[in-house]
Amino acid sequence: MSVILSVKNLNKVYKGDFKALNNINLEINKGEIFALLGPNGAGKTTLINIICGIVNPTNGEILVDGFDNIKDFRKTRSLIGLVPQELVGEAFETVWNTVNFSRGLFGKPADHAYVEKTIKQLSLWDKKDSKMMTLSGGMKRRVMIAKALSHEPKILFLDEPTAGVDVSLRQDMWKQVRALQESGVTIILTTHYIEEAEEMADRIGVINNGEIIVTENKIDLMKKLGSKQLILELYDPLNFIPSSLSKWTLELNSDKSQLTYTYDSIKENSIPDLLSAICSAGILFKDIHTKQSSLEDIFIKLVKKS
Amino acid sequence: MNLHSIKAIYNFEMARWWRTVGQSILSPVISTTLYFVVFGSAIGSRIAEIDGISYGSFIVPGLVMLAVLTESISNASFGIYFPKFTGSIYEVLSAPISYVEILLGYVGAAATKSIILGIMILTTASFFVPLQIQHPFVMLFFLVLTSLTFCLFGFIIGLWADGFEKLQIIPALIITPLTFLGGSFYTISMLPPFWQKVSLFNPVVYLISGFRWSFYEKSDVSLKLSLIMVSIFLLVCIILIRWIFKTGYRLKN
Repeated sequence: MSVILSVKNLNKVYKGDFKALNNINLEINKGEIFALLGPNGAGKTTLINIICGIVNPTNGEILVDGFDNIKDFRKTRSLIGLVPQELVGEAFETVWNTVNFSRGLFGKPADHAYVEKTIKQLSLWDKKDSKMMTLSGGMKRRVMIAKALSHEPKILFLDEPTAGVDVSLRQDMWKQVRALQESGVTIILTTHYIEEAEEMADRIGVINNGEIIVTENKIDLMKKLGSKQLILELYDPLNFIPSSLSKWTLELNSDKSQLTYTYDSIKENSIPDLLSAICSAGILFKDIHTKQSSLEDIFIKLVKKS
Repeated sequence: MNLHSIKAIYNFEMARWWRTVGQSILSPVISTTLYFVVFGSAIGSRIAEIDGISYGSFIVPGLVMLAVLTESISNASFGIYFPKFTGSIYEVLSAPISYVEILLGYVGAAATKSIILGIMILTTASFFVPLQIQHPFVMLFFLVLTSLTFCLFGFIIGLWADGFEKLQIIPALIITPLTFLGGSFYTISMLPPFWQKVSLFNPVVYLISGFRWSFYEKSDVSLKLSLIMVSIFLLVCIILIRWIFKTGYRLKN
């Protein structure tokens, strides 16, 4: 996959020596969905705003499709669409006018057919003549997406796209984001909903205190940093773990009815041995199941570690 | 030059103006009409001619300037302040558009509104008082130059303001008094010598004087001096805006 966005040694220091971004290096591949995760104040929005030209970097380099985002700002900005975190816009303007305004602002000639298609794709067509102030939060969010797509960008930044959006609308938006990816748009999203990143992203980046802690393919990340648990539901309560099982780090739950083995899913290959050792020890179990740690568990672990 | 972007901002601003036509056009036209009724017809008929011009006709250039100055500042400052206030400025800052183009869109629209308003007030005035414009091109030139200069000034105020109070404070506390004391309703030669000298520090005197000259060939200061002073003010505004855009003051962190 070719790189569409490259951030090199990027720093941002605000007045009072507050370091918002510390030596950020990041590459985004063409056509992927990249989720940038981080706690509040980690630097996600600052990073996006610098890439989009809204905030000045202190130093560093950003290349968008090979173009420098300061020297070739016209080229790079026309490739980028941004859906900000806040639902902002002209309250008295209609959906149709505000989306057409965005297209013109980004230097594109009027194309009513394209704007109509975009608005229809986002299920806003029946609201095209409604004023922004009359729309619900979810609709406003979709208008923001329509505005960001109005100039046919190659990269779309979604800063907390489903914040405050109900579950069914959130799933609709996920579908729309996937459809955009299929149409060739590279998507970079920040989110507080880890399950959103888990559901949507091809790659994950975690940022904390202005530093990128990790960037990894989602599946690899979950394999690498995630742990797995094998849980045995016992027939009879077990008072202690027999010494013949000391090779494995087993845990008994408080009512002594459950035996849990936590292991690294990549390295572990002794599960059959464990099960036969348990049987040999005369421990009977009525059920067996496994549990994989979620992206949320991994995220919390990473942020705490950093 | 990104013409589509300039056009988008310009049209968007003009559309906002038409949406609020009552506030943006009717209100200043009605206020000016009231000035003509009170000062032109009621009181004006009891005031002697000034430089051979009836008082009602004499105040026309001053009243046009009063409205144009106020509206130029108000339109241009609000035009850029409002997106800052709502947060929608992100879109302008992330668009492939240079600062000069942003300026052309916003200030161009604000200046257009002021010029239209000035012409409407002149037309309204012609219903109340006999009006003669001896140098229509000079009048138009002054109208455009003043609108442009004060729209730039308004744009600076809009960028500087971080609250609605600041947006109002300079027009209310500085511009309106300067306009009233700048010879809108009198010629500065009517003032005691000391105050005549003080008035020369008021930039609005030069605007009104030059503008009035285009109507009646009578002025407080020479036309050349008026032009020089307005041009200096325009230059100061351009330098300030250039600095703001270069540093990102109140626009970019």
